[in-house]
Amino acid sequence: MNSVVDKKPRLKTSAMIASIAGEGQVTRSAPFGHALAALARTKTNIIGMTADLGKYTDLHIFAKEFPERYYQMGMAEQLLMGAAAGFAHEGAQPFVTTYAVFATRRAYDFIHQTIAEDNLDVKIVCALPGLTTGYGPSHQAAEDLALMRAMPNMTVIDPCDALEIEQMVPAISAHKGPVYARLLRGNVPAVLDEYNYQFELGKAKMLRGGNDVLIISSGIMTMRALETAKALESDKVDVAVLHVPTIKPLDTETIIREARRTGRMVVVAENHTVIGGLGEAVATTLMRAGVSCTFKQVALPDEFLDAGALPTLHDRYGISTNVMATNIKQWLA
Amino acid sequence: MSTTVIEDVTLAERAYRIRRNALLMGEVQGQGYIGQALDIADVLAVSYFGAMNYRAAEPDWEDRDRFLLSNGHYAIALYAALFEAGILPEEELETYGSDDSRLPMSGMASYTPGMEMSGGSLGQGLTIAVGRCLGLKRKGSKSFVYTLFSDGELDEGAVWEGLLSAAHWKLDNLIAMVDVNNQQADGPSTQIMAFEPLVPKLEAFGWYVQRVNGNDIGAVKEAFDNARNLKEPKPRIIVCDTKMGCGVPFLEQREKNHFIRVDAHEWKLALEALDETFAGSKA
Repeated sequence: MNSVVDKKPRLKTSAMIASIAGEGQVTRSAPFGHALAALARTKTNIIGMTADLGKYTDLHIFAKEFPERYYQMGMAEQLLMGAAAGFAHEGAQPFVTTYAVFATRRAYDFIHQTIAEDNLDVKIVCALPGLTTGYGPSHQAAEDLALMRAMPNMTVIDPCDALEIEQMVPAISAHKGPVYARLLRGNVPAVLDEYNYQFELGKAKMLRGGNDVLIISSGIMTMRALETAKALESDKVDVAVLHVPTIKPLDTETIIREARRTGRMVVVAENHTVIGGLGEAVATTLMRAGVSCTFKQVALPDEFLDAGALPTLHDRYGISTNVMATNIKQWLA
Repeated sequence: MSTTVIEDVTLAERAYRIRRNALLMGEVQGQGYIGQALDIADVLAVSYFGAMNYRAAEPDWEDRDRFLLSNGHYAIALYAALFEAGILPEEELETYGSDDSRLPMSGMASYTPGMEMSGGSLGQGLTIAVGRCLGLKRKGSKSFVYTLFSDGELDEGAVWEGLLSAAHWKLDNLIAMVDVNNQQADGPSTQIMAFEPLVPKLEAFGWYVQRVNGNDIGAVKEAFDNARNLKEPKPRIIVCDTKMGCGVPFLEQREKNHFIRVDAHEWKLALEALDETFAGSKA
C-alpha cells in the first residue's frame, strides 16, 4: 500500500503534552510552575529538582526565574529522591518533580527510607496522575495514591484544577514534612473559582448540596462530578459533591457526617484504581464508624490500561462525565 | 584533624579500641556483623581521629564534616567509633541491639546521635551524599561529606547513579570509601557480580581514585589526606581492600563470616586474641 492516512480516520493516541481540558473550558497555563516561582521569591530555601522532566512538569518556569536553584538530576529517579533527602538535611525545601509512575513505582523505597522515615521537608509533585495520558501503562499512574497512602509520615494530595494547584503550593510548603501531590500541567482547567473555593490541607469541602446522591471525589473527578451533577438536574436527580483533595490525612469527620445523612447513595469517584485509593479509604472509614449506605465506586479497573485517545479511554473505563452520569442513573433505578 | 581535644593516642590504638568496642557489643547480641566491624576499624579510626572535623559534645554542629553510613548493617562498627569519639556515652554500649535502645542493629538517623542516614536498604548512601554535598555548596560551607559503602552495594544501580552524578556536579567536597572485603550475603562479591577492575571503572566515571590495603592504617591515613587535599574539582573515592575479622585470627579464618555466630565462650577468646594482636603489633 502507498498510504494509510486516507483510510477511515481514528482518534489518535493522546500525547504526553495533551491537556485534560475539555472544549470551551476555561484554563490557566502552568499553574504549578507560576505558583512555585511566586512562592520562591520570598521563601529562599525552596529549590526545584527533576529527573529529566522539568519541561513536562511545568518546573521549567521556576527554572527560568531561578536557574541557580534548579537542579537537573538526569533520568535517575532513585538518585533524585536520595539527593532531595540530602538537600533537606542541609536546610533546603526541595520541590521534586517527575511523572507519578516513576516517583511512586521506581523510586518508592528511596522515598520511604531516605525521605519519609526521617520525616523530611520534601515535596514530591508529579504529573500524569491516574489516566491522563493515552501513552500506555508505563506512564499511567493508576496506583500511586494506594502506594503513597501506605507510607507513614506521607501527606497525599490529589488537586482538582488550576486554582487548587495555585493554593496547594504555599500550603504544602507551610506544612513541615513529606508531601506527595499529583499535578496537572500545561493548560489546566479552572473550575473551582466560581465556588469561592479555598484549599485547606486535610479538609474536604462540600461544593454543592443534594439529596439523592453524594459523590465523594478527588482530583479531576471532582470536575467530572460537578458536570455530572449539572447533567442529572434535568433527570430530576439531586447530586451533592464532596471534594476530598487530601487523601491522607483523610477528613474522616466530614466524610462520616455527610455519608450518615440517610437516603443518599454514596458514589466515590477517583482517577485511580479501585484498589487502595479514595474509594477504599472512604469504605473503611464508614465501616469503622458503623455507617451503612448504598456504596458505589467510579474508578479505573484492576487491569493494565489500554493505550489510545483519552476521550475513548475515559468512556471505556467509566470515568468520563457521560458514562458516570449514565451509571449513576442505572444504580438509582 | 579533629577539633576536639584528644589525648595523645595513636591511630592504631584508636582502631584497637574500636575493635574492642565492637566485640563487646557483639557479645551482647551473640551474633552479628562483627567480621565487617573488625575489617573496617582502621578506616573508621582514620575517619574519626585523622580526618574529620566534628564536636563530640555537639553532634549536630553545623560546620562538622558529615559521615554517611550507606551500609547500615555496619552500625555496630560505627557505634564502636562513636563511643571512642565520645559522641555516644559509654553506658549505652551494653544496650546494643536491645529493646528501646538507641543503638539498633541497622543504623537509624532519626534517633541515634552521629548516625546521619538510615542505611539498611543498601545502595542509597551515595544518592543522599550528592544532595548533601550540593546543599553544603549552596550554603557556602567548607564541610566534607564522607560516605562509606560496601562492595556488595556496587551491585545496586543507584550507586552508579550517585557515581555519575557526583562527577557531573564536580563534588570536590565528597569523599567516598568502599569496603572491598569480597563478601556478601550469598558469597564472595567478585563471584556474585564481578566488578573488577574497579579502579579503572571509577576513574572513567570521573573520580579521583586511590586503592589501599584497608587494614594498613598508615596507608589509609595517607589516602585520606590525599583525598582531602586534592585541589581538582572532582569527587574522591578510596577503595579499601580489607580482611573480614581482621585482628582476631580465628574469626579471620571462619568461613561463614557475612553474619557471624559466635559461641558465648568465644567472645572472651576473641578479646584475648585481639589484645594479643595489638600487643604484637606494638612490639
